[in-house]
Amino acid sequence: MTTPLLVGILAGAILSGTSLLYAALGETIGERAGIVNLGLEGILLIGASVGFAVTAATGSAWWGLPAAAAAGAASNLLFGWLVVARRANQLASGLAMMFLGFGVSALVGARWVGAVIVGLPKWRPPLLGTLPWVKSSTLFHYDVLTWLALPVALLLWWVLFRTRWGLRVRAVGESPTATYAAGIDPSALQYQALAAGGALGGVAGAHLSLSLTLTWAEYMTAGRGFIAIALVIFSKWDPLRAVAGALLFGGAEALQLQLQARGVEISPFLLEMSPYVLTLVVLLAWGGSRRLAAPASLGRTFQGVQ
Amino acid sequence: MPEPALAAAVRRSPALRASARYLAVVLAALAVFAAVLLLAGKDPLRAYADTFRDTLADAYGFSELLVRMTPLLLAAVAVALPARLGLINVGGEGQLYMGAWLASAGALLFPRWPAWLLLPLVAMLGFAGGALWAAIPGVLRGLRLVNETIATLLLNYVAPLVVSYSIFGPWRSAESSAYPQSPAFADAARLPSFLDTRIHAGLLVSLAALLFYWLLLEKTRWGVQMRAIGGNPEAAQRLGIPVAVWIVVALAMGGGMAGLAGMGEVMGIHGRLRQGLSPGYGFTGFLIAWLAGGRAMGILLMAFLFAMITSAGDTLQITQGVPYAVVNILLAVILFIVLARRRGWAR
Amino acid sequence: MGPRDAGTSPGAPPLLEARSIRKRYGPVLANDGVDLTLCRGEVHALLGENGAGKSTLSKILYGFIRPDAGELLWNGERVELGSPRDARRLGIGMVFQSFMLIPALSVLENIALFLGDLPAIVRGEAVGRRIRALGDRFGLHVDPSAPVRQLSVGDQQKVEILKLLLAEARVLVFDEPTKVLAPHEVRALVRVFGALKAEGYAILFITHKLREALACADRITVLRQGRVAGRPRPDQADAATLVKLMFGDREPGPSVAAEAAPSRPPGAGPIFELRGAWSRASGSETPLRGLDLTIRAGEIVGVAGVSGSGQKELGDLILGLRPLSAGTRWFDGEDASSWSIARLRERGVAFVPEDPLAMAAVPGMSVRENLVLGTGRRYWKGATVDWPRLESAMTASFGALAFPVPPLDRPAFALSGGNLQRMVIARELAHAPRLVVALYPTRGLDVRSAVSVRELLQRARDTGTGVLLISEDLDELAELSDRLLVLYGGAVTGEFARGGWTAEEVGHLMTGSKGAALA
Repeated sequence: MTTPLLVGILAGAILSGTSLLYAALGETIGERAGIVNLGLEGILLIGASVGFAVTAATGSAWWGLPAAAAAGAASNLLFGWLVVARRANQLASGLAMMFLGFGVSALVGARWVGAVIVGLPKWRPPLLGTLPWVKSSTLFHYDVLTWLALPVALLLWWVLFRTRWGLRVRAVGESPTATYAAGIDPSALQYQALAAGGALGGVAGAHLSLSLTLTWAEYMTAGRGFIAIALVIFSKWDPLRAVAGALLFGGAEALQLQLQARGVEISPFLLEMSPYVLTLVVLLAWGGSRRLAAPASLGRTFQGVQ
Repeated sequence: MPEPALAAAVRRSPALRASARYLAVVLAALAVFAAVLLLAGKDPLRAYADTFRDTLADAYGFSELLVRMTPLLLAAVAVALPARLGLINVGGEGQLYMGAWLASAGALLFPRWPAWLLLPLVAMLGFAGGALWAAIPGVLRGLRLVNETIATLLLNYVAPLVVSYSIFGPWRSAESSAYPQSPAFADAARLPSFLDTRIHAGLLVSLAALLFYWLLLEKTRWGVQMRAIGGNPEAAQRLGIPVAVWIVVALAMGGGMAGLAGMGEVMGIHGRLRQGLSPGYGFTGFLIAWLAGGRAMGILLMAFLFAMITSAGDTLQITQGVPYAVVNILLAVILFIVLARRRGWAR
Repeated sequence: MGPRDAGTSPGAPPLLEARSIRKRYGPVLANDGVDLTLCRGEVHALLGENGAGKSTLSKILYGFIRPDAGELLWNGERVELGSPRDARRLGIGMVFQSFMLIPALSVLENIALFLGDLPAIVRGEAVGRRIRALGDRFGLHVDPSAPVRQLSVGDQQKVEILKLLLAEARVLVFDEPTKVLAPHEVRALVRVFGALKAEGYAILFITHKLREALACADRITVLRQGRVAGRPRPDQADAATLVKLMFGDREPGPSVAAEAAPSRPPGAGPIFELRGAWSRASGSETPLRGLDLTIRAGEIVGVAGVSGSGQKELGDLILGLRPLSAGTRWFDGEDASSWSIARLRERGVAFVPEDPLAMAAVPGMSVRENLVLGTGRRYWKGATVDWPRLESAMTASFGALAFPVPPLDRPAFALSGGNLQRMVIARELAHAPRLVVALYPTRGLDVRSAVSVRELLQRARDTGTGVLLISEDLDELAELSDRLLVLYGGAVTGEFARGGWTAEEVGHLMTGSKGAALA
């Protein structure tokens, strides 16, 4: 009796968590390099709107998806220019990006509101499709983004912890001065990190419009950007933990729907709160160690000392 | 050739110089936004003209401007006050909602109280709601457990859910309606409005709050201590100022301001508790405070400017068919211009 | 690996040579015609007290700053060092006092970051092997996978050394490396020096610790006041010689000492006492160990010590900034162990800091507002400050100290160093404090300001205030102290009455060496 429930929750969590994971992975790269983008919500919206618009215009999501990634990268680079080249306050710049994202996405998407698109195709491996409890759910019936979500997280982990570039990015986020003393250019690394992070953010947004809902509506990300920021903290800036966290956070909504379908009344709002409350609780419980887990230079930003 | 009198006056006076800078930024932003509108196939000059006409030439339009300014002023003070101590409060949204929530609780619990009792109660509850909500991150920061930027940010999203929970649940109005909301508040709880417009007493509250902010920081002995903490926390501590206590108090006061904004929206405009009370007032307030460099006059001007911009958004939507959300681009451009100036004049 | 193959034959030129280096900072001649030679396979110790010019010289050798005159030679050829990168490229490596390590990363990652030949995919085992090989060769044993923040300071230093070795440095400059080490770690470091020496590296060991210099140096250069005071041979020198070279043959006590000590009311108890005070230390701080300290009215108690002996921690403990982990603190006979900073100030504890802009003033606020800070409740008037009363009180204080009153509306950061210090002093002394804690009060001041600061410390003493003067300037301490304490390693290692000490004796205690002269 509980298997369908668990299956339902898991399936919902995976669907909902895909865009969360991509967004969190993108933000993780940037924060590992010492830069926090409070405007992640804006990046997601830009990705969603551009992806949708290009898909509707060209008729194929295979054009829309890379366009969304490119738009996300470009937006994050614009943010990077403010924060790295002009040394602007990161928090204020992030909020400016959020507003920009609201506006640009509305402008881009206005023409295509109500358009019908063929989104990203879904695929299920033939063998798994024969299992009874899989067949009736959405499990393993995913588009390319969901299939790649876990591999991308693994790849990001590997890049951050096993490559020279990743080492340098982490070094910049910990101590730009020590990195500079080692003869490495911190700014170049930060731009690269932001570009990569922005692309992932764009993709995260595109998943919403090209796969989950197949529509475009203003503000459709509904705060996912901020949940992703919380997720980055919750997962201690580790791509692998982010996978678990995305499932957890994504699962909250799925849990509520499943329980409701079974007549159990838990307020959806309590469950919607859970990502934030969980993150706060976790910050408190591991107060010291989580502070230590944050890239040191990132912490200075939060302290208002840049 | 003798210098034109105006230019000389501007050069000599720092206040005029600052105003000239504000003006230059705004004009530059308007130019960029005009380009954006042109690209989108719209007529920017028409749009700007319509906006001016609707807001400044029309009495009702102007009153709407003031209605929009009210929560913006309070949200800006909510950020500016703790900022003088070096604290970053991005939780205005959440504090606004909690102020609205607690004020609503008061209005619903004591609907039969007379206005002279209920109004002050509701106002105090509004302040208290926001203050308590901000005190949580304050204590966490004072105890050096959690950074207040993160804490206020996270609590932002919890507060609207508390409001939603209440109006879908215990406070659900019995009247059938398109969307869930609380029952209408008694008239005694409602803030009086003026002159057939939607301007409500909240405007006076917000102006008073701005004045209070200025007086507190610039003229009182507490302000000296607060600014000392903001200027040099180590020296402040060495000189005997209880820094940790002030952190909590300052954040609580800031939160209370945002709470008053929420109270104002709910008691002055809507008359009941609903979802979607704030189209980002908290964040807009952050940007206003930041652009104004924490200066009271700057906050007043910037709030006015932002109110005008949001009005422009409405006008654009109606007359040009551009979604309201596009006006966010203008906001963003203003910010970009200011942020991109190296060591800009806004903190 | 190692420069041994370059030949250590007697005819080979020294690896790095500095000739006639001169560097001036304003009125101070930090280096005045200094020569220094570093040869392969040698440990060269550079001694001198604080301010002797050691750190200026080392910065020049590392390319941080350029000398006004003089030249540097590498392998006999003249070179110009425009930046630390040039120095690194030649093969000069420096181990700083504050490490350039990233605490959150592992040893391996920290070192890998500095390697010029790191491949795009980091092969942890390969780098780890190299680290371990070098570690075994030179006695620098660290676990490559350990996060740096978990390492002891001694081990962190090893990582810094390994970094330089892997980056092919041939000259290693160590700036006060033993300051932060425990005794057994010092011994380990000396062994490392030996191993490096044997492989032909040249080592410059900058220190003020005589015992260590004598233990491992092949050559010694002593700097005093910017000049080379002597180059004693290690096998012929002893601590006494070195101290004499470092501190000079100064007579203790100034002319002022001839004045009679001001009379104290009979039976007056001490103003301030620390009994068995212990404090905890984190990071590079020095813990205080069972300190006993007494300050009476109308006396100046001087505290001598080399930096890092616990001076700042002692000052902070007295002022209430640092809690006692054991022991008690007494003020005017009352147990003040748990008093707040505000309460101590209210009862009359004042603070004259070394860096007024960082520690005792708010740069962005006006002078007038700075003057009211820390005056407690004295000038409160309802919700505001009684500015007129404050101004008149402060003006009186300035007048009593014969200081010019600074423009009250200007922001504090606009004042010169000397004027800022005067402002702080006028504020601190305005209400006849019972105790003044002066922490390096004349550091960084021009001569005239320094003299006037010293004078008013004396005047405060003459009016019955107790003064604790923590200073690195033995001359200053000689002139002002009625009693002198020596602080070393967080404990008081010596106490002297006015006129009862020589620079030599105190120098020994300050550097932790009890020379034969004291036996």
